[in-house]
Amino acid sequence: METIILFAPLLGAIISGFGYKLVGERLAITTATALLFLAAALSWVVFLGFDGTTQQIPIMRWIESGSLSTDWAIRLDRLTTIMLVVVTTVSSLVHLYSFGYMKDDPQFGEGESYMPRFFAYLSFFTFAMLMLVTSDNLLQMYFGWEGVGVASYLLIGFYYRKPSAGAAAMKAFIVNRVGDFGFALGIFATYYMVDSINFSDVFAAGPKLAESSIHFLWMDLNAAEAIAFLLFIGAMGKSAQLFLHTWLPDAMEGPTPVSALIHAATMVTAGVFLVSRMSPLFEHAPGTLAFVTVIGAVTAFVAASIGLVQNDIKRVIAYSTMSQLGYMFAAAGVGVYQAAMFHLFTHAFFKAMLFLGAGSVITAMHHEQDMRNYGALRRKIPVTFWAMIIGTLAITGVGIPASLIKLGDTPIGFAGFVSKDSIIESTFAAGAGVGHFAFVLLVLAAAMTAFYSWRLIFMTFYGTPKGDRHAHEHAHESPMVMLIPLIVLAVGSVFAGMIWFGDFVGEKAHEFFGSAIFTGPENEVLHLSHSIPEWAALSPFVAMVVGFLLAWQFYIRKPQAPAVLARHLAPLYQLLLNKYYFDEIYDFVFVRTAKWLGRFLWKKGDGAVIDGTINGVALGLVPRVTRFVQRIQSGYVYHYALATVVGVVALVTWVSISGGTH
Amino acid sequence: MDNLLSIVTFIPLIAAVILALFLRGEDEAAQLAAKRVALATTVATFLISIVIYVQFDPSNPGFQMVEEHKWIGGFNYKLGVDGISILFVLLTTFLMPLVIGASWNVNTRVKEYMIAFLVLETLMIAVFSALDLVLFYVVFEAGLIPMFLIIGIWGGKERIYASFKFFLYTLLGSVLMLVAIIAMYLEAGTTDIPTLLTHSFPSTTITILGWHIKGGMQTLLFLAFLASFAVKLPMWPVHTWLPDAHVQAPTAGSVVLAAILLKMGGYGFLRFSLPMFPDASALLAPFMMWLGVIAVIYTSLVALMQEDMKKLIAYSSVAHMGLVTMGVFAATRQGVDGAIFQMISHGFISGALFLCVGVVYDRMHTREIAAYGGLVNRMPAYALIFMLFTLANVGLPGTSGFVGEFVTLVGVFEANSWVAFFAATGMILSAAYALWLYRRVIFGALIKESLKTITDMTAREKWIFAPLVVMTILLGVYPALVFDIIGPSVEALLEGYKTALAGTAQAALQLAIN
Repeated sequence: METIILFAPLLGAIISGFGYKLVGERLAITTATALLFLAAALSWVVFLGFDGTTQQIPIMRWIESGSLSTDWAIRLDRLTTIMLVVVTTVSSLVHLYSFGYMKDDPQFGEGESYMPRFFAYLSFFTFAMLMLVTSDNLLQMYFGWEGVGVASYLLIGFYYRKPSAGAAAMKAFIVNRVGDFGFALGIFATYYMVDSINFSDVFAAGPKLAESSIHFLWMDLNAAEAIAFLLFIGAMGKSAQLFLHTWLPDAMEGPTPVSALIHAATMVTAGVFLVSRMSPLFEHAPGTLAFVTVIGAVTAFVAASIGLVQNDIKRVIAYSTMSQLGYMFAAAGVGVYQAAMFHLFTHAFFKAMLFLGAGSVITAMHHEQDMRNYGALRRKIPVTFWAMIIGTLAITGVGIPASLIKLGDTPIGFAGFVSKDSIIESTFAAGAGVGHFAFVLLVLAAAMTAFYSWRLIFMTFYGTPKGDRHAHEHAHESPMVMLIPLIVLAVGSVFAGMIWFGDFVGEKAHEFFGSAIFTGPENEVLHLSHSIPEWAALSPFVAMVVGFLLAWQFYIRKPQAPAVLARHLAPLYQLLLNKYYFDEIYDFVFVRTAKWLGRFLWKKGDGAVIDGTINGVALGLVPRVTRFVQRIQSGYVYHYALATVVGVVALVTWVSISGGTH
Repeated sequence: MDNLLSIVTFIPLIAAVILALFLRGEDEAAQLAAKRVALATTVATFLISIVIYVQFDPSNPGFQMVEEHKWIGGFNYKLGVDGISILFVLLTTFLMPLVIGASWNVNTRVKEYMIAFLVLETLMIAVFSALDLVLFYVVFEAGLIPMFLIIGIWGGKERIYASFKFFLYTLLGSVLMLVAIIAMYLEAGTTDIPTLLTHSFPSTTITILGWHIKGGMQTLLFLAFLASFAVKLPMWPVHTWLPDAHVQAPTAGSVVLAAILLKMGGYGFLRFSLPMFPDASALLAPFMMWLGVIAVIYTSLVALMQEDMKKLIAYSSVAHMGLVTMGVFAATRQGVDGAIFQMISHGFISGALFLCVGVVYDRMHTREIAAYGGLVNRMPAYALIFMLFTLANVGLPGTSGFVGEFVTLVGVFEANSWVAFFAATGMILSAAYALWLYRRVIFGALIKESLKTITDMTAREKWIFAPLVVMTILLGVYPALVFDIIGPSVEALLEGYKTALAGTAQAALQLAIN
């Protein structure tokens, strides 16, 4: 069954990408979508029926060189089953949604077959993502890791006629390669220390690695710390954490369903999955874990702050995604991988929905993405409006604080409320130092999350219509194929948190995850997180309310206030609007330097120095040979042949005279 | 059939002779006949070479299908293959029909053209299967002659300069290698390669004109061979002939050059340098690996700024061969396995990339990147193929390019983490130059007037790419096809290498005690 889940999307990709000329466009993309729904149905069967024992299902041999031996194989445990449902569910809904969204795309002309290509890429992405999450060794994971990177590259660049899309696609791939560089070194180091890169061996070697040291570059490092750190570099790239995040906002150049599937629900969470998957290693690397927490918390904060001022609806959600990923890493960093996975799980529902909702708004508004040209859309597109409201309630964390009313042990609230609060509580419970540092940043980020999310809602659906009047007049609700996915995801956004609270982070968590997540004997953060002081437990709720009230004040009561504030705090506003100038700095430090070096080495290194020397050496020879060449077009060939022949003949003669080789 | 290797080696040469003697005229019928004969010959050669593959026993690390005959002046004609060389023979026979197919549009001096390629094939196969040093030398050097002619006659405008540069580079190397061969004969009394592989050349420090040379004779021999192999591979800083040669060569010439001729350098390291001069290899390994690192970073950066498609791919080849150098001299199982795999894989990928350039060059007669843009609009099939090989070139998992790169770097990391660290930056740089090229040529709106009527690939062109696509993905997904064949021989090679080094250390210890 797992094998079917894994290969159904690949089959769909092939049928859609290559078979559409044979079977017709419509049938091709329908088949791909049907195969995805099949995979999703089977995934739920596997998820709900999973009994907790880790299974390994070999498929085929892969790279075998000496003691380096890896197979194509499926590792089925709790982490895998969670990812299976997340990936296939969102993917199948996005496939369905794309029937409506991608129809009559203005980027393509009459009669151009772009739909099968789009569906092929989506299905291929899903296949690569499933390879990543089902992997039984680091190498197959790397295959999936880069595979999703390529799919992302192809989909960001889907509108190939737009120069900005081509640039964004390239940027995404290259920035991710920087992360992959770390990931790859992590794999090399793992093999060097453990003599294997299969998960079972690596996990078993965890305690030993914690005791060993590795000589890396000029340093002698603790092996567990070094490997965990290198792997985390990979996670930072894929999950758009600070310093390696610049590609994610640009990735919004891709069609909106892509943003929902890849750049919100699945691919970007691969880094969180990696850290959770490698928990038997990370648990022995406290230094790296602290680093993970800090990066996660700072990313959550910084991304949320940028999100406050962005005007492109998709970019707001993109920064929101980056920020939420930061939350997940903060949880993983304090050793509560369960909370990280829980937020990954619930986030997939409401973030995919927010993106698909944004896509619905964008179609309604004739592909306008600037929120300053929206306004008063709630009556024109009511279903989208309500879906977006639910998504916003979920992401901002609306619920009843657990200290007031609980349903048994389960807090009552939207999915994001339940999972995000358990993250914030975990960071507090992790104690002084990085734990409390993260706690403060995450609470502040929660306030900003509420602000930018409601800002989006107010600018889009409330106030007065702005921008192109024609677009507003013709704004209409999306077709059912687009609304159904929204409704399904909305249901998830409401209930997923409450349904699975007990399993993921409640009392049943250890039993639920089984051996898939390893926590060290002294790691009791998850347990402690249920009994933190009341004020700490309430603080995210208060932050959320403050954020909402501020947004309401700024965008409903006094719509002129934001402009005034921006004028008064111009430097800060510019800093945020320009995303802390990361792009400009990177362009200057890396891109231009590389180009300058390239040109310098080419013209000066190859040209002046190397060729110059050779020409110099040959200075006496060149004119003569050139003259020779002029007479006989390729005379030097004979010259060369002559030299070889003379040499060999001389050798032969001499050996013959001296009596042969034996 | 116990002379299978000879048959495979000489079929192309015989066909070339037949063409030379019996084909007359320059009319269209004669041209077509020449093409057909060449194609049939190369296909037949390939089919027969499959028998070699089938008969080959991978569990035996030694030389197989050995043939030995008396030859001129006391020398032996001796052929044979082991796990290290057999795949290069197959790579050659596999690619040649595609090369001929890619030359179907040649219309000047077709007969001579085909003869040149057929002769070249014989010489290339002979290089990889020669088991006598003199025979190796002869075919190794002679192989350059048809290549000179291919560039010099069917090449571009600057062909004279390019061939001349190539010639200058190669000359020094071949003279030094000849001297080294004579020295080896004097020392060991034979030119038989299997015997030489078991001979231990002296490595005690010697002093020449006041210079103390560590590793003694081995070091000198190593350096003499290096002069030849380094140019061939090519290694930095003797690589500058390659971009010029590629730019001037016709498409088919570039394919052979990149896919096969370059591999002779790496093959030479494995056949001669490492096993015959182990002490010198160990001594110079850090130097060699660092040259490899420089090649990766330096030529990747240079590739980034190229304005000519072929030059860009040529520089990328130098970077990839830098990885091969590192893998070989890491002298670890994964390093050597990976280096061989990388060479085979690069044969398919770089060959395909040069063919990709050829496709648009045939249509537009320019290789300037700026002359293109937005080709995907009119050439979707081409865009797909070019994408696949671009990704393979940057080492995407699932393609053969990844396996070679990854396994090599695993091996290099074991030997030296600094080298692996810097070499791995090539992953980032290669993505940068390759995707930028792709974007400039393929993506974007089709604006240029000159491109508005460009046509997508023909069926012939697609058929030429098909086998390369299959091999690139097959080896990426199931690399055991290569590793199973080379494994035992590589194991034996490294065993011998380590034993030799241990022996030297033992002797040094003895000396110190006495």
